[in-house]
Amino acid sequence: MTDPSGGTQISQPPTRFQQVVDVVFRRLCHGFAWLSVLLVAFIVLKIATAAAPALRQQGLGFLTGTTWDPNTGQFGILPEIWGTVFTSCLALMIGTAFGVAAAIFLSEGFLAQFVFRTLKVAGLEFHPFFGKLPDQVQAFLKNLIELLAAIPSVVYGLWGLFVIIPLIRPMCNWLNLKLGWVPFFGTTLTGPGVLPAVIVLSIMILPTITAISRDALVSVPAKLRMAAYGMGATRWETILAVILPTAARGIVGAVILAFGRALGETMALAMLVGNANRISLSLFSPANSLAALLANNFPEAAKKDVAVLMYAALVLLAITLFVNIIGSVILERASSGLEGRR
Amino acid sequence: MTNIKRDKKPSDPCGVVQSSTDDGAKTDGVVIDCKIDELYYGTFKAVRDTAVPVNRNKITAFIGPSGCGKSTVLRCINRMNDLVRGFRFKGHVHFRGKDIYHPSVDPVAVRRYIGMVFQQPNPFAMSIYNNVAFGLRLNRYRGSVRDKVEEALTRAVLWEEVKDKLNKSGLSLSGGQQQRLCIARAIATQPEVLLMDEPASALDPIATMKVEELIRQLRRDYTIIIVTHNMQQASRVSDKTAFLYLGRLIEFNDTDQLFTRPREKQTEDYISGRFG
Repeated sequence: MTDPSGGTQISQPPTRFQQVVDVVFRRLCHGFAWLSVLLVAFIVLKIATAAAPALRQQGLGFLTGTTWDPNTGQFGILPEIWGTVFTSCLALMIGTAFGVAAAIFLSEGFLAQFVFRTLKVAGLEFHPFFGKLPDQVQAFLKNLIELLAAIPSVVYGLWGLFVIIPLIRPMCNWLNLKLGWVPFFGTTLTGPGVLPAVIVLSIMILPTITAISRDALVSVPAKLRMAAYGMGATRWETILAVILPTAARGIVGAVILAFGRALGETMALAMLVGNANRISLSLFSPANSLAALLANNFPEAAKKDVAVLMYAALVLLAITLFVNIIGSVILERASSGLEGRR
Repeated sequence: MTNIKRDKKPSDPCGVVQSSTDDGAKTDGVVIDCKIDELYYGTFKAVRDTAVPVNRNKITAFIGPSGCGKSTVLRCINRMNDLVRGFRFKGHVHFRGKDIYHPSVDPVAVRRYIGMVFQQPNPFAMSIYNNVAFGLRLNRYRGSVRDKVEEALTRAVLWEEVKDKLNKSGLSLSGGQQQRLCIARAIATQPEVLLMDEPASALDPIATMKVEELIRQLRRDYTIIIVTHNMQQASRVSDKTAFLYLGRLIEFNDTDQLFTRPREKQTEDYISGRFG
């Protein structure tokens, strides 16, 4: 474009280079987005093809069978499905309760306020160094909880085996002795079992729930908080009636993500769950999970067994996908009305 | 400058809740006697030497340029400033004959008797009905919540617009409707005093007109304190006006007096648009 004034003008149309960069950038983003979609399709397709022989041979009986015996060619994964869902659901309940509580503690600045009040007693609340302490302590605690996510799962497994199991065994066996008629306490805890797996699993999903829930709680607009306080709501009423419902979308998202992680967690479960083909409500009985089954069986899998393992992998994949899709649907239904989109 | 001194020591240890409603009427109709000697946010002194007595069933406006401390003074009156870390206050705010800053007074209780409407419309992410019912439920209202919701929405001149969609989200309304919803939410519990922090500044002219009209109507039953940076708005709606500048009260008088015959040079400069 020619300069109408003829003089020195700063405004000018984008150069050819700027336009090219813009187009290349857009194409690249498109490309990578499609690549990841194709990758998921490719993985599912490959597993399905590899599982096809077993699918034909075993049929749906595979899902309801309870024995796993490569020698006789009898394969059933019902105990594994049960173990996967049972441990994950229990871990999710514990993890959600603790995780959301921790997220509220972190997002509402309870700790910072406590530190501030302590400093105030000492008269140091506006000190150039100590004055920054409340927020620093708060940030430190947040990082500490997120650090739980950085611990490798095999370390969690070892810790569960040699710390958690000896720690909880006396209590478990006492519960079995006194309340053995309750199905959950129906057996004694001899070693690995459902409860140690659940405890470790819930600790493993805790940082996911806490971090994402905290982000959701922090992003609740300050004006809503002020509105609730301005109405004369107590802190608890504000959190329960206004902040949690407003952040519900993010919190449910966190829980779904954590559920996916719990369903697929392999190493810690393989070490802690007991690897026993058993369906029991007892928290102290050994059990098995799909991921642990795969991890334990792939090394010595014969050619024809690979198809069976792929079938089991397909089932695990289906469960996780199902949970994610159902979760997203519930989320969309629940939140669209509240946010004024309906 | 009008300044009614009432250095009554708070006698009721139970707080503001138990005193009788006609308490304020005894003393020249002053409902709130607010006197701020010093007010700090952290090490920053935000307001000093400001005393404003607020009369019953009158609209008192705070005007002044941005950052003059008018919102800060407003937030003192229902102890919203307590939520700011590092807030310190020297002075008193007498409400129903008691200092609401007395250690025995629960700030949450204060806010149930002194309602607030904010600058940005801030309905909760819940239905229109539940927004208005929020305060009623907080106060464990035993009567018909539905009737009170209808009453509040009618008084806020919103009922006709929302009566068929009470279950829709409050966020689905337009900005002006949202602000009237917030006013309905605030008046549903019939607080004695209503604080309004620039309630129309985020609204378009037509919505502003509706909200101003509503504020004038509410004067019959409520004592209203309104902060505004719009001088025309102050002169249109208020009975008394306080002009604040640089964290200090410059002049407090009847609105027509203050706008036609200001006593202070700074007030005259401000209302004639010479600064601010």
